[in-house]
Amino acid sequence: MQHKQISQNLNVVSLISVGKHPQSGRERRAEQDGRAVELGMNLASDNLTVLHAGDPQQQALRSYAGMGLKSIRVLQLDSAADAVAPLGNYLQQHGPDIVLTGIRAESGESSGMVPYQLAEQLGWPLVPRIADIVDVKDGVAEVLQALPRGQRRALKVRLPFVASVDNAAQEARQSAYGPASRALMDLQAVESATDDVRAAWEEAPARKRPKRLKVVKAKTAAERFKAATAKSQGDGGKVMKNEPAAEQAQAIFDLLIEEGVLR
Amino acid sequence: MSDVIRRDPRVEWIARNRLHPLHGTVGVAEEAEVRGPSGLLRKNPHKVGFIGPNGIKRIDRLKGNAAAAGGGRRSSGPQEVQLPLHQVENPDFYVVVVPDMVGGRLTGQDKDILGQAHKLVAASEGNGAVLAVAFGTSKEEGFDTAGVDRLLLLDGEEYQGYCPEQQLAALVEVERNFTPKYWLFPDSVNGGADLGSRLAARLGERPAVQAWQVDAETTVSRGAGGTSDITRATPRLLMLAEECADQIDETRHEALPVEIDGVPSVIAKLQDQGQVAVDPNAIPLGEAEFILSAGNGIHNWDQFHDTAAALGATEGASRVAVDDGFMPRFRQVGATGTWVTARVYVAVGISGAIQHMQGIGQCDKVVAINTDAGCDMVKRAALSTIGDSEEILAELLRLAQEFRAKQAEGGDQDAA
Repeated sequence: MQHKQISQNLNVVSLISVGKHPQSGRERRAEQDGRAVELGMNLASDNLTVLHAGDPQQQALRSYAGMGLKSIRVLQLDSAADAVAPLGNYLQQHGPDIVLTGIRAESGESSGMVPYQLAEQLGWPLVPRIADIVDVKDGVAEVLQALPRGQRRALKVRLPFVASVDNAAQEARQSAYGPASRALMDLQAVESATDDVRAAWEEAPARKRPKRLKVVKAKTAAERFKAATAKSQGDGGKVMKNEPAAEQAQAIFDLLIEEGVLR
Repeated sequence: MSDVIRRDPRVEWIARNRLHPLHGTVGVAEEAEVRGPSGLLRKNPHKVGFIGPNGIKRIDRLKGNAAAAGGGRRSSGPQEVQLPLHQVENPDFYVVVVPDMVGGRLTGQDKDILGQAHKLVAASEGNGAVLAVAFGTSKEEGFDTAGVDRLLLLDGEEYQGYCPEQQLAALVEVERNFTPKYWLFPDSVNGGADLGSRLAARLGERPAVQAWQVDAETTVSRGAGGTSDITRATPRLLMLAEECADQIDETRHEALPVEIDGVPSVIAKLQDQGQVAVDPNAIPLGEAEFILSAGNGIHNWDQFHDTAAALGATEGASRVAVDDGFMPRFRQVGATGTWVTARVYVAVGISGAIQHMQGIGQCDKVVAINTDAGCDMVKRAALSTIGDSEEILAELLRLAQEFRAKQAEGGDQDAA
């Protein structure tokens, strides 16, 4: 996917978090946040700010920097502190055009609420699950949104806006060690309240969810036997046997239109 | 006349009770099972059973359920079971469910969540009602059996297409009018998670997402990208995972329509430009929405490919078509190929081997084009056309091309 450089001086902020490998549990570059950085680099190579709220010593931040970033801005926060308020204040002060985030974090609560709360706090529109930003013209962005089943929807939205980046977006480029260790961590001390609600929660490794059992509600042996052996029949669909081919094709066509798959 | 065998429990009780004053009047002696003087149960084998229509003695071992099991005579057709009606008059509180309604119908997850809503109602004091808020045109007919007590259907002009901001405004109005005890959303990519998050941010609620075990006190939800379980007090707004609770299947509900007015018309900041045409064959077969699948009955392969392209369908194939080299291996549908989840599956010249039927088990609507009216695919299909596939495909291709031509014309008019 070759991107055309959008020539305007766009100010883009990509928010990054610390990811977690699903198998090993090791800290890593988060999948969707990496894509958000990639999209930001393609949109505004120089005016991209990569922003993280949390611990600046975190090694996973270096793997973002290894994508070729000169610096990463870090709002220094305690791990138990709430990140939304300082991020909102930062964005309010700097007023970027586009804020890119992942959909859900790979660690912590992973509720996916950060983009929504930021959009609410800033009063900006939110575009969920984008696959690409095609063009930005006269302060209006053309955005491709990823839908389930591989579909795409085109949206137009006025700048500034917040967008969460779907897994359908372009994959993050490889991270290199040299640039990763050379990148500057631009620290900024901020104050934030501790997230007290979360302290009361219990966290444990995920339990396997029980499979749903098929319950047969038969009262007699004959009914149970029937339920166990009966072939699952369709609900007796419509059969067109002696109609001419044109009529049959029309019936199929009408069904496709009614189901909305023909568009 | 009804087939139900009626019992008189009072007479049975008198017959059991030897000390009852009316005990002598009921025909105890005629009973096959009698309590003997020592309290043991005595069976009279001569009295068991009844004489059947052709003079042979029959013993009913189904305890009066013979009619239901279709034993003696065949009833005119499968009897519609009327489930008991669950009514809620003047509800004390509401539990609001916002279903996804993909394609205008309740999804399996939506039904799970309606079941969860009734669990939460049952766990709370007072009589609560489950209110479903459905956006856009609805094709669903089973709201009552899915467990909807009250239905708010918002299908106006402003709710067509992609309009999360307008939907949010409506939900805020629902919050103001009904002050629901719980808000339940499906945590799905079909818009449920998006709408739920928007409402949570607007109301300032802290939602539980990917919740999979919920009762009135505690909620267990997945955190850290699905690798940890968070146990917490149940919040007011929940986004529920699939199979969080059992669906409603033993009661019928009223699905009374309710209305709200005063939903402000929102100036949308997101302008929907419509769906973009994607190459249907670039979509992975497993997640394609519309599949045109070819089997042994296809002889004109060029025509098949043209039809698929004109309809905008993803191509699939049965094993025979793949083995014969007409289609690549990754297009194979079935147990040995891909298990598909299409909403509409058109099977052309596929009779339906069991492995193939397993592969299309999750498809909603199956259309069969086949020469054999007795094949398994026709039994499974919602619409079957019996005839030569080449003729039917030719007609279908013509219709699709006309449709596309009309669409292009309409598109030009819009642009002008």
